[in-house]
Amino acid sequence: MEIYILLGFVLLLSIFLGLELISKVPSTLHTPLMSGANAISGIALVGALMLSAEGQIQNVLAFFAILFASINVFGGYLVTNRMLSMFKKKS
Amino acid sequence: MNTLIDITIFQNLVYIVSSVLFILGIKMLGKESTAVRGNILSSVAMLSAVSVTLIDVDIGIAIIISAIILGALIGSVIALKVKMTAIPEMVALFNGFGGMASFLIAWSQFTDTQPALLQNLLIMITIYIGGITFSGSIVAYGKLSEKINLEKGSLVTNILVTFFYLSIPALLIMMFVPALSINPNFIFLGFLVLTVLAGLGFVMPIGGGDMPVVISLLNSLSGIAAAFAGLLLLNNVLIVAGSLVGASGLILTIIMAKAMNRTIGNILFVGYASASSSKSEGEQGEVKPINAEDAYLILENASSVLVVPGYGMAVAQAQHVVRELGELMEENGTEVKYGIHPVAGRMPGHMNVLLAEANVSYDLLVEPDDVNPTMDTFDVAVVIGANDVVNPSATEEPGSPIYGMPIIEVHNAKTVFVLKRSMSSGFAGVQNPLFFKENTRMLFGDAKESIGTVVSEFKD
Repeated sequence: MEIYILLGFVLLLSIFLGLELISKVPSTLHTPLMSGANAISGIALVGALMLSAEGQIQNVLAFFAILFASINVFGGYLVTNRMLSMFKKKS
Repeated sequence: MNTLIDITIFQNLVYIVSSVLFILGIKMLGKESTAVRGNILSSVAMLSAVSVTLIDVDIGIAIIISAIILGALIGSVIALKVKMTAIPEMVALFNGFGGMASFLIAWSQFTDTQPALLQNLLIMITIYIGGITFSGSIVAYGKLSEKINLEKGSLVTNILVTFFYLSIPALLIMMFVPALSINPNFIFLGFLVLTVLAGLGFVMPIGGGDMPVVISLLNSLSGIAAAFAGLLLLNNVLIVAGSLVGASGLILTIIMAKAMNRTIGNILFVGYASASSSKSEGEQGEVKPINAEDAYLILENASSVLVVPGYGMAVAQAQHVVRELGELMEENGTEVKYGIHPVAGRMPGHMNVLLAEANVSYDLLVEPDDVNPTMDTFDVAVVIGANDVVNPSATEEPGSPIYGMPIIEVHNAKTVFVLKRSMSSGFAGVQNPLFFKENTRMLFGDAKESIGTVVSEFKD
C-alpha cells in the first residue's frame, strides 16, 4: 500500500510539472508538441517488456503490446522529427 | 551479494535519468529554437529506458526482437511515407496504438495474477482508458481520412453511444467488485469488448470540425493510460512520462476549446445540434462572384494582404501555390501576412504544419489577437477554404450557435476574397454572412486551380 501512495505522489507531481511546462506554447508548435507527446506515450513499450510470459495467452498479449507500442514509438518520433525539420525561419 | 537487486537498482537509476530527459525534452519542444533537440532528447530518454528494461525480461527474446522490428518497420514506413496533409489522421492512429499497448498490458496483468482489490482497480481503469483511446483514435482516424462517414443521430451511432453510456457503470462494477470479474471468465472478456465499443461510441457522434479537440483529448488519454499502467507495474518512468503526455494533451485540449469558446463537455456531448435555429433566416442577400483574373488585378494593386487558410487549403493541397502567390506578391512590394486561427483545420496547429511544409517563414504567421485590431489596414483578406473561423456571426449575432467564438475578423478588411468550392456551410452548419457582405467577393472553384491562375497572371 505504501508504494502506491508514493507512486501516486509521483503521478500527481508529474501532472503538475507537465501543466507548468507546457502552459505557454506558441500555436506554431501545437502539432509537433502533440506528435512529440504522442511519441512519448509509447513509453508503454517499457511496460510491455516487463510483462510475464508464463502461458500462451501472456506471450500473445506481450507480443502485441510490444508491437503496438513500438509502432507508436518509432512512428511518433520520426514523424515529429520530419515535421520539425520543416519549421524554419527564412532569411 | 544478490545480483538481481543490483540490476533493479541500476534500472531505477536509469529510469530517473530518462524521466529527467523526458521532462527537458518536452520543455524544449515548446520553443521553436530548441524543438528539434527536444525531440531528440526525448527519443534518447526512450532508448535508455527501453534498453535498461531489456536487461532483465521474462518474455522470450525472439518474441521481443520480432515484435520490435516489426513495429519499427511499420511505424517508420507510415511516418516517412505519409503526406503532410494526412498528419492529423496519422497522429490519431499512432495514438490509438499507444492506447492499445496499455490495454494489453493491463489485460496480461489480469490473467497473470489473482489481483488484490487495489490492483484490480488499476487494471480495470487502465483497460478502460486504453481501450477507449484505441477505438476512439481509430474512429478519429477514419473520420479524418474520410473512411468513416457516420453522422450523429444515425442508428449505428446511437447504438454505439448507448454502449458508451453503459460502459461507465460497467467500469465502476468491475473496479469495485473484483470477485465478479474473476469468476465467470466471459464477464471480463465482455468488459474488454464493451470498452472498445464504448470508444467507438465516444468519438462517433463528434463532428469533423471538432476534431482538433478530440485528437488532443485522445492524446492526453493515451498518456494517462500509460501512467496507470505504470502504477500497475510499479514503474516510475511510465508514470512520469505518461503524466507529462496526459498534462500536455490536457492543455492543448483546453486551448482548442477556448479557441472555439465552448466547454469541453459541450464539444464532446452536445456538438452543434442546436444550430438548426439559424437556418430559418434563409436569404441573406446576393453573393458577388469574381474570377481569378480580376482577383489578380486587385491583388497586384494591394499594398497589404492577409491570407487566411482553413481546412479547404489542406483538402485542395494548395499550400505550395499559396506560398508561391505570397512570394510573388512580396516581390511586387505587397506586405503579406498569414492569419492562423488555432482551430483552423483538423488538429491543433494544422495550418502551421502545412505552411511550414510549403516553406513559409513562421514569422509571417499571425494569430487572431495580433491581427484583428489592425484588420482595417489590410487591402485584401484572402480566405482559402476557411469558413467558421471567419464567420462574423460569432461577433454580430448573439443568437448564433457560434456566437462568442473568437474569429479572424476579415470582414473588417477593405476587400475580402473567399475561395470556396460551393456555398455549403462549414462544419458548424451555420450560414456565413461574410459571403453576403458588401466588400466580399467569392472566387468559386478548387483553391489550388484558382490560386494557380492568379500565380500565372502574376508571372506574365
